[in-house]
Amino acid sequence: MSLLELHDVRKSFGAIEALRGATFSVEVGAVVGLVGDNGAGKSTLMKTITGVYRPDGGEIFFNGAPLAGKDPGDIRKAGIEMIYQDLALARMRDVASNIFLGRELTRSLFGVKLIDAKRMRSEAEAMIAKLGARVKSVTQLTGQLSGGQQQSVAIARALTFNPKLVIMDEPTAALAVREVEHVLDLIRALSGQGIAVILISHRLTDVFAVCDRIVVLRQGEVIANDPTAETTMNAVVAHIVGATDVPRQGAAR
Amino acid sequence: MSVVSSQPARSRNWRERVLGNAAFRFESLLVLATLTAVMAFLSPVFFSVSNLLNIVLSTSVFGVLAIGMTFVICSAGIDLSVGSIVGFSGVVGALTSANLGLPWPACIVGCLAAGAFAGWVNGFLVTRAEIPPFIATLGMLGVARGVALVLSNGVSIYGLPPEVVYLGQGRPFGVPAPVIVLLGAAVVAHVLLIHTRFGVYAQVIGDNEAAARAMGVRVERHKVMLYALSGLLAGLAGLLFAARINSGEPTAGLNYELTAITATIIGGTNLFGGRGSVIGTIIGALIMGVLQNGLNLLAVQPFYQQIAIGAVLILAVWLDRINSREGWRR
Repeated sequence: MSLLELHDVRKSFGAIEALRGATFSVEVGAVVGLVGDNGAGKSTLMKTITGVYRPDGGEIFFNGAPLAGKDPGDIRKAGIEMIYQDLALARMRDVASNIFLGRELTRSLFGVKLIDAKRMRSEAEAMIAKLGARVKSVTQLTGQLSGGQQQSVAIARALTFNPKLVIMDEPTAALAVREVEHVLDLIRALSGQGIAVILISHRLTDVFAVCDRIVVLRQGEVIANDPTAETTMNAVVAHIVGATDVPRQGAAR
Repeated sequence: MSVVSSQPARSRNWRERVLGNAAFRFESLLVLATLTAVMAFLSPVFFSVSNLLNIVLSTSVFGVLAIGMTFVICSAGIDLSVGSIVGFSGVVGALTSANLGLPWPACIVGCLAAGAFAGWVNGFLVTRAEIPPFIATLGMLGVARGVALVLSNGVSIYGLPPEVVYLGQGRPFGVPAPVIVLLGAAVVAHVLLIHTRFGVYAQVIGDNEAAARAMGVRVERHKVMLYALSGLLAGLAGLLFAARINSGEPTAGLNYELTAITATIIGGTNLFGGRGSVIGTIIGALIMGVLQNGLNLLAVQPFYQQIAIGAVLILAVWLDRINSREGWRR
C-alpha cells in the first residue's frame, strides 16, 4: 500500500480547470519530483493535498485513510507537512512561535491553557541546532532574517513534528549554490529516515539529483510518471512543454 | 555544525512572564505624561483626586470598546459599529427591566448578549458573505443605531434595577465601579491576547492570513469569534453607559468608534494588523480621556473636541507611516 494515493483529483476555479483528474502515488520514504510548466497545476495539487483547497472530485488516501475534505490542521496532524514557496511565515513574530505555529505548546493555569513560550523557545533552539541552521536566536523576529534563514525556519517547522511526508514547493529557487546542496542533502537524509518527500521544482538538475521518480504535470493532468533511472532530461522537458507523442503513462484517460 | 549561539536560557523575570512580548510604544506613555503635565499647568483643578477619577471614569466606556477594537485591528480588520452597539445594547438591557420587568441579571445578560449578537453578525458578514470589514461594520453602524431607535421609539428608557445602576454609579473602596470593570476587562484581555492561542492567532491572521490557514488555524471561525468579542465588549460598554445615567439611551455612544479606534492606534496596535497590545490601548484610551477632560476644564466647546480627536488619529497614523518609510530606507 502506498503512503499517499491520489486518484482522479479534480479542482476548478470558476471556468478554469486547474486539475483535470490527477492520479499518482508516493511510497514510504520515496522522493518524488513533481515538475511542470507554470500553471500546470503543481501548487494547486499540493494545496489540495494539504487541505488549503477542497478537491471538486476524486480521492486522496494517506496511510489508507481518506484525506479529502479534512482541514489543514487535521492533515498536518496526520503527518503531512508542506514547505510553501512563500514560506508561510508570520513575519512579525519570532522564530520560535513560527516553528510552533498552529501547534503551540501550552501549560494549564487554573484550567486556562496558556502558551508555554519558554518550552517553545528551548525546543525551537534544539530543532534549529539539529538542522545546523544559521539562525542566531529563536527570539529574533522572522521578518528580520535573510531569505535563507527564513527558509530554515520553514523547514524546521515542517520537521519538528515527525512528519511522514514533506512537500517542498520550489525550495531551491531563491537559494545560493551552497544552500541548494544543503537542501538536497536534507532531502536525502529525510528519505533515509523513511520520510517521503514530494519535491516541486523548475530546476531539473535538482530533481534528477535526488528523486526516485519524476511526475510530470501538464494542464492539470499527470502526463508522465517514470522512475528517474528510466527517463532522461530531454524526455522530461519534452513532456513539460508537450512537444512529444510519447504515450502517456499513469494518466487515467 | 551548529552555529546557534548558545544563549543561556534567558532568566525569565516576572516582567517577561507577565507582559510577554507585549510591545507597546513608549512614545504613547510619553505623550500621556506630557499631555497630563500641560493640562495640570493650564488648569489648577486638573490634578485633584476627584478630577483624576473623573478622567478614568469617562475613559472606562470607550476604553472597553478599544480593548475589543485591539483584537479586531490585530487581525487586520476594523469594527466601525461599536459606538452604535453601545446604544443598541443599552436599550435592550433597559427594556428587559423597564418593559419586561425581568430581574437585574437579565438586564446585564441582555446588554452583553445584544452586543455579542451584533458582533457575531459582523463576523458572519465578514467571513461567510465575504464583505470587507469596513463595509460590513459600517452597515452595522447604521443598522444597530436604527434598531436602538426603533426599539426605544427614539426616547430614553428610564428605570434600571439598582444592582445594575451600582455598576455605573457605585464606588467600592472609593473607586468608580466602571473603572474596576475596565481594569478587569483589560487584565483578562491582555492575558488572552499575549498568552493564549486565541490572541496569538488573531495576530497571526493579521500578519499573514494565508500562512495562518495553511498551518491549521481556522481563520473564518476565528474571525467570527473576534468580531463577536468586539461586540460583547461593546455590549459591556453599553451596560456601563446605561448604568451610569440610569437609562437606556438610543443615542448613547455616538461617534465612540472614532475615539476607540484612535485610542487603539496611538496605543501602538498596528493599523494593518499583526501586532497589538492591550496595555498600549489602555494608555491610548487614557490619552483620549485626558484630552477630553482637559479641553472641558479649559472650557473649550465640545465641538472642538471632535476636531482634536480626529486630528490625533490622523497624526498618529501619519507619524507611523513616516517612521515605517524611514525604516525601509535603512
